[in-house]
Amino acid sequence: MTAVGTGPAVETHALHKRYGRTVALESLDLRVERGEVFGLLGPNGAGKTTTVKLLLGLTRPTSGEGRLLGRPMGDREARRRTGYLPELFRYPAWLRAHEVLRLHCELAELPRRRWSGEIETALERVGLRTRGDDKVSGFSKGMQQRLGLGVALLGDPEIVILDEPTSALDPLGRDEVRGIIRDAGARGTTVILNSHLLGEVERLCDRVTIVHRGRAIAAGPVRELLGEPALRIRVSGIADPTALLGAFGPVVGTDDSGTLLRPLDPVRVPDVVAAVVAAGGRVHAVQPGRGSLEDAFLDLVRSDGVARHQDVGIAP
Amino acid sequence: MSARQVWAIVGLTVGETIRRRTLLVLLILAVVSTLIVGWGVDQLVTTARENELSETTIRLGVSQVLILIAFLFSFVLAMSAAFLAAPAIAADLESGTILAMLARPTSRTDIIVGRWIGLSIVIVGYTLLAGAMALVAVRVVSGYFPGEPLTALGFLAGESAVVLTLALMLGVRLPAVAAGAVTVVLFAISWFGGVLGALSAAFDAESIRPLTDLLRYAVPTDLLWRGVIYALEPPLAILLGQGLGAGQEANPFFASSPPPPGQVIWAGLWIVGVLLLAIGLFRRREL
Repeated sequence: MTAVGTGPAVETHALHKRYGRTVALESLDLRVERGEVFGLLGPNGAGKTTTVKLLLGLTRPTSGEGRLLGRPMGDREARRRTGYLPELFRYPAWLRAHEVLRLHCELAELPRRRWSGEIETALERVGLRTRGDDKVSGFSKGMQQRLGLGVALLGDPEIVILDEPTSALDPLGRDEVRGIIRDAGARGTTVILNSHLLGEVERLCDRVTIVHRGRAIAAGPVRELLGEPALRIRVSGIADPTALLGAFGPVVGTDDSGTLLRPLDPVRVPDVVAAVVAAGGRVHAVQPGRGSLEDAFLDLVRSDGVARHQDVGIAP
Repeated sequence: MSARQVWAIVGLTVGETIRRRTLLVLLILAVVSTLIVGWGVDQLVTTARENELSETTIRLGVSQVLILIAFLFSFVLAMSAAFLAAPAIAADLESGTILAMLARPTSRTDIIVGRWIGLSIVIVGYTLLAGAMALVAVRVVSGYFPGEPLTALGFLAGESAVVLTLALMLGVRLPAVAAGAVTVVLFAISWFGGVLGALSAAFDAESIRPLTDLLRYAVPTDLLWRGVIYALEPPLAILLGQGLGAGQEANPFFASSPPPPGQVIWAGLWIVGVLLLAIGLFRRREL
């Protein structure tokens, strides 16, 4: 599909949205580059869905501005190049799966000669190839979700916005959806993944913006947000393991699962194991890695809460 | 507004009434009611002829029965239009389907106009078909056929269009059930306004006239209903009714004249205005 506009796929400046007395978005600055798989991460009620609705013109901002595919938010031409999976939806029960896709081929204004191929591809991608003639009324929640994903990917849009795409799925379904999102990313499609599932974002996204109470509180590549490299090692047969291991890096703590060293350059892991063995000790488990996104996320959200409380002069 | 988008929504709307068997149920009801009407009128005519009543009297009687049937039919139509149109937008909002549709290059105007055209095709088509079936059945068993059958069906279709437009507009802001219920109540109030207006004319109670006019013009179904009555009446009934003067005017099933052109134009403008209001309300609605 030919790209429209220039510049980033999504850009917002001081986007603010208020529903009556409730502030859904305070002042959101966002930038999503073309071709990246981008995660919008935040707890429930953080303003993620509002952001998406503003980008698509489903609701209007109270103030601020934004662009989707180089066009003003809600622009018809930008929407023609966009696929969207809403968070909560139910297709009309009387429609068959291929009829839902057909309707969206029409609404997306795809050339009629491409419909049959697009519908087949979409059903294949989401694992519903044999269920195309079935009515939606017979679909489980997970199957409806997969059909929604097929609708969003119809016609290979330039950008796909997925709002909590795996929330209704079992672990197997989640894995399949992750594969579909990876494939879309590999085809060069810009993907915005709205999620409160940290593991999801950690596995799929190139970059993440963490939203809390309507503001972006952190943004950057996932690896940068994950924190410093660490090593958890469980040993026995050594009188003072803390002294031995502490020579390689700061010991953060010790429990039943072992001793945690952080930071520790991953290239030094074999040296640590060799030192334990040389000292006559036995190594039961070695787990190199980084802090999880969950740790980083919780730290950020909690510190944001502390900052807010301090702003208004009350204790957290 | 895009014609392609509008026709996609029209197709969805008509397809829904066919696939959910709503149209089938309506058609079965139309056939059943035609059979009942045919049987009932046949019984009346046979009894009247056995009692050696004149053919003129019989035709006058049949015309009155036909108007009563049309009155019941207009209520059925109003209910059908209200409960088909009320969820047209409301249900899509509740299910979230509308979000995926509006994320396409589809405008809110496309959706309202497409829904309205689709519902009009179904309801107006049903009105014409079921109405024609009843008229033919009465003709077969009694020999009576009103002078202006197409005009009568046209006014009935106009009533349906008013009701479905109102229900569609209310469904933009209210839950489907509430929108349907409010529409039926407003339809009934309009008819009641017509009856009260006729009584006020018959008994010179001019003081309540502004109120009854307000009720009839606010939802112009009663204005159109007067057109149905007039078109179904034989000329003799109109002459006799006019001869009875103001007393006959109080009869809610009699009209001495068709609705003036101004009232028909008002009903048309009302439909356009309420449709525009529905578009405006939908465009302002937060999703």
